[in-house]
Amino acid sequence: MATEVGEMAGQIPLVDYLVLGSDPHLVANECTSCGARFFDRRNACASCGATGFARVDIPTEGEVRAFTIVTFAAPGVPVPYVAALVDCGGTSVRANLINVAPDPEHVTLGMKVKLATEPLGADSAGTEAIGFGFEPAGN
Amino acid sequence: MASDDLWILGIHMTKFGKHPDMDLVDLASEAVLGALSDGGVTMKDMGVIGAGNLMAANAGIGQQLQKQLGQTGIPVYNVANACATGATALRVACMAVKSGEADMGLAFGVEKLSGAGLLSGGSRGDDGDTWTPKGRYGAVAPVDGRIGTEIMPGVFAQIGMEYGHKYGGTSFELFAKISEKNHAHSTLNPLAAYTKKMTLEQIMGDVMIAYPNTRPMCSANCDGAAAAVVVSGAKLRTLSQEQQRRAVKISASVLTTDPWEEACQILPDVNTLTRNAATQAYEQAGVGPADLDLVELHDCFATAELVHYDNLMLCEVGGAVDFFNSGATWRDGTTPVNVSGGLESKGHPIAATGIANVWEVATHLRGEAGDRQIAGAKVGLTHVIGLGSACGVHILEKAA
Repeated sequence: MATEVGEMAGQIPLVDYLVLGSDPHLVANECTSCGARFFDRRNACASCGATGFARVDIPTEGEVRAFTIVTFAAPGVPVPYVAALVDCGGTSVRANLINVAPDPEHVTLGMKVKLATEPLGADSAGTEAIGFGFEPAGN
Repeated sequence: MASDDLWILGIHMTKFGKHPDMDLVDLASEAVLGALSDGGVTMKDMGVIGAGNLMAANAGIGQQLQKQLGQTGIPVYNVANACATGATALRVACMAVKSGEADMGLAFGVEKLSGAGLLSGGSRGDDGDTWTPKGRYGAVAPVDGRIGTEIMPGVFAQIGMEYGHKYGGTSFELFAKISEKNHAHSTLNPLAAYTKKMTLEQIMGDVMIAYPNTRPMCSANCDGAAAAVVVSGAKLRTLSQEQQRRAVKISASVLTTDPWEEACQILPDVNTLTRNAATQAYEQAGVGPADLDLVELHDCFATAELVHYDNLMLCEVGGAVDFFNSGATWRDGTTPVNVSGGLESKGHPIAATGIANVWEVATHLRGEAGDRQIAGAKVGLTHVIGLGSACGVHILEKAA
């Protein structure tokens, strides 16, 4: 994917639907026929079958509709981590909850969260990958 | 019996658990020979085979079985449909018999999963030397654990939590109580992989896998097989009185996939396709949820069982928590659910599950369930769901 305007040189997003820069946000492919939104590369719309899509920005604030705290994962995946379904103004997003203690006292259903980015390290060419998660909106 | 009715003539399941000395074909053979013998028929009577196996789906398990039990030249449909694989194999036999292409069909499902551990989420390899976008999301590195979770205990945990967010009333303890019920039920099932009663404290205090699912709240990976012989009403009429007496009517046989809805490609939606399958099944069978004497539903995790009370319309919309708390789903309740012990204790050898649950219900309808017999059972429902997604629902009725 072409580098988005505003993206800092030497950085690359973890996935191509994360836009970096001064105002990091997610983008979706929205069906121009029925409005269904998707985060992956599309062949057609799974809802209506049309093939036209437009890129739309996803709100960076949302509400946790479901979560789990994973404490047992495949080798190489650090635990614990909080996986969640976040409702961003009517568009559902899968993400980790970050910058919050991974326990049911601190993570609750319905909590308000906002998008945050985090560095994942540099590769051999010095390019730094940037991931995202959602943190408590009060942070 | 109407000519185009579908009936289970013979059915069998192996003991679920560890079978280190049996390979896939040994396990499948035991189930198939048991089902044929139970129905008083042989491979020569079969007109079609629906063969289910997931983890070695490219190996042609149907033909491997034929090479041991009888190469009669009939069509084999090897199927793989995630955790709905067994129900899909049964659907193949049902469709072939219903269409008149065969008057008798065999379906079986077999899996060897002992010691398999997590079945997904293992995609987290090394990050590689350079960040290079790959795949449909242009991901520069594996995303399991970085963008949510791929592991099933975590996916289904969120499905239960989402129900709680929508309707309220859920808690770690509530989900654990569902598991307590199924483990208690398993003590009466000699074919279950685990038959140990567990206290609520033991369940909640066990190893946490993905909150709120602890280990005993997850389905047990194990080995096992199940098989069924499906016969048309017309053919059954030509068989013996004893075969007719023990035959179990398949009043509904339904398979659905998930229709697109917002969020369904973010967190799998196991609800709509189950509700759709149940709606179609009740209509086909001409029965309603209140008519069910027992239900075997897909409790791959304790968090999943709760949502399926609602999806199968065993309770009012949003009423699953109250329904469970009323005691309705215990074996002495109004709608006994998973009296076999369910996937959490009976075990979940994936492709076998969608036929083993039919065996469980059929055995009660025949009055042959021994110590765990649900007295006077006349109608039962089975349900499986495979992520991706596919949902199989069968409604069975005792012979009149």
